[in-house]
Amino acid sequence: MRLMPLREALAAHVADGDCVALEGFTHLIPFAAGHELIRQGRRNLHLVRMTPDLIYDQLIGMGCAKRLTFSWGGNPGIGSLHRLRDAVEHGWPRPLELDEHSHAGMAAAFCAGAARLPFGMLRGYLDNDLDKVNPRIGRIECPFTGERLAAVPAINPDVTILHAQCADREGNVAIQGIIGAQREAALAAGALVVTVEEIVDQLAPAMNGIVLPHWTVDAVVHCPGGAYPSYAHGHYSRDNSFYQRWDAISRDRDGFNDWMRAHVLETNDHAGFLASLRAEAA
Amino acid sequence: MSAATRDEWMTVAAARMLWNRCVCFVGIGLPSAACNLARFTHAPDIVLIYESGTIGTRPDVLPLSIGDGELAQTASFVVPLPEVFSHYLQAGRVDVGFLGAAQIDRYGNLNSTVIGPYESPTTRLPGAGGAPEIAAHARQTFVMLKASPRSLVEQLDFRTSAGYLDGHGARARTGATGDGPRAVITDFGILTPHPRSDELRLSALYAGATVEEARAAVASPLLLAETVETIAAPSESELAILRALHARTREAHSRPVVLPTLLT
Repeated sequence: MRLMPLREALAAHVADGDCVALEGFTHLIPFAAGHELIRQGRRNLHLVRMTPDLIYDQLIGMGCAKRLTFSWGGNPGIGSLHRLRDAVEHGWPRPLELDEHSHAGMAAAFCAGAARLPFGMLRGYLDNDLDKVNPRIGRIECPFTGERLAAVPAINPDVTILHAQCADREGNVAIQGIIGAQREAALAAGALVVTVEEIVDQLAPAMNGIVLPHWTVDAVVHCPGGAYPSYAHGHYSRDNSFYQRWDAISRDRDGFNDWMRAHVLETNDHAGFLASLRAEAA
Repeated sequence: MSAATRDEWMTVAAARMLWNRCVCFVGIGLPSAACNLARFTHAPDIVLIYESGTIGTRPDVLPLSIGDGELAQTASFVVPLPEVFSHYLQAGRVDVGFLGAAQIDRYGNLNSTVIGPYESPTTRLPGAGGAPEIAAHARQTFVMLKASPRSLVEQLDFRTSAGYLDGHGARARTGATGDGPRAVITDFGILTPHPRSDELRLSALYAGATVEEARAAVASPLLLAETVETIAAPSESELAILRALHARTREAHSRPVVLPTLLT
């Protein structure tokens, strides 16, 4: 594990064409890392995420993605992701291949990936059309009962990127609150990069808490505010008003491009991104 | 107190269908309002599960998203997301699942994926999320849907979640462990499945709504139950509690978030 600045960590671990999972279920979404991928101009990424949130709307709208594996693609509590819709409905700025699942199916695929099994299994996808449009939903027979079950190939991203509250200097990472499928996505990955709010000398005793041990982590990045406008429980709240504002910002291509230029492309790093929003609000 | 809006009628009607101690898988929006209204009225020990992994949550305000901090802060416990779907939902530990959709057909099958062909949709919707397996494994599901000619249709553009498929008996052959959609709560009243055919039919109207209004709201022919009941108006107390909940929610969501200060 290496403690690195975000720019170096992503330059070292994410290449064009990689399969990349930025996970975090509403909570702890790695926005800073997503913006850095946009600044570095990554292309042809296969993005993986259960709930493509605003950060994937931005990556897709900026032309970084060629494929998306997902299970629910909206702006949570608000409505559509307009850049995702534009890519699917009109191929702008480029067409997007969809590998579409249900939450339960994707969770099973992440669990299988973490366990290095070839596929995940569930009693799911029962009599719906998802398996007609996704050849990666298969069927197997239970060798003991003969029951037919759904199977999904394991998801093993080249790189998983997470945001968490805390890491120690050895690179052990502690996550609190809503954790989604972050642990599974982390352990399924070829490389794991974690941005954290804080670096401490010693983590609190974890007991049943979630910890990613240092030998599973490739790079830790100190990045306060790295989940904003999502949130880091115990550090800052979700900025619901930003999620509401995104609906208008992202609705048309020009407005979206202007916003991305001003707040992401023309800022140096996440500190600059946050400063640009503060300046706009002032 | 001013007359109830149709959203309030829907929320109150859905809340009344829940019972104390029932284990309920909650979706954002009207279902979340209904479940929490039930908790604040007749069902104080209802167990609310949000798919983000918060179990037994007791939020004071409605969450804007499925994973707001308020849900974790007030939960009995928080589990990883794969566990919610495998150990709780798939294992049959959920009494009621609430679903919404863009389209529903007369057998309660739902579409929340695309309008138009999948490869070149006219409208790309958010997609399945938890719905296919909630529809399969919750002991029963309730669907909340604002009725329009585009929402109640003869033929779905895409089947995201199975209801009764093509009629009575079909569902039993699928491996689904739950009983399927027991009620569709719309903005004119409630549809329930026919006991033999499983075809949805109008079985209750809100006081003041008419069969003609209901028929005009939907594209497909609307079947009527032998007796169409009348649903009593939201009471003063139900409305007061619901409106206070919405007011607290609006206040909480408009509170400015302090941008994180960098500690470099």
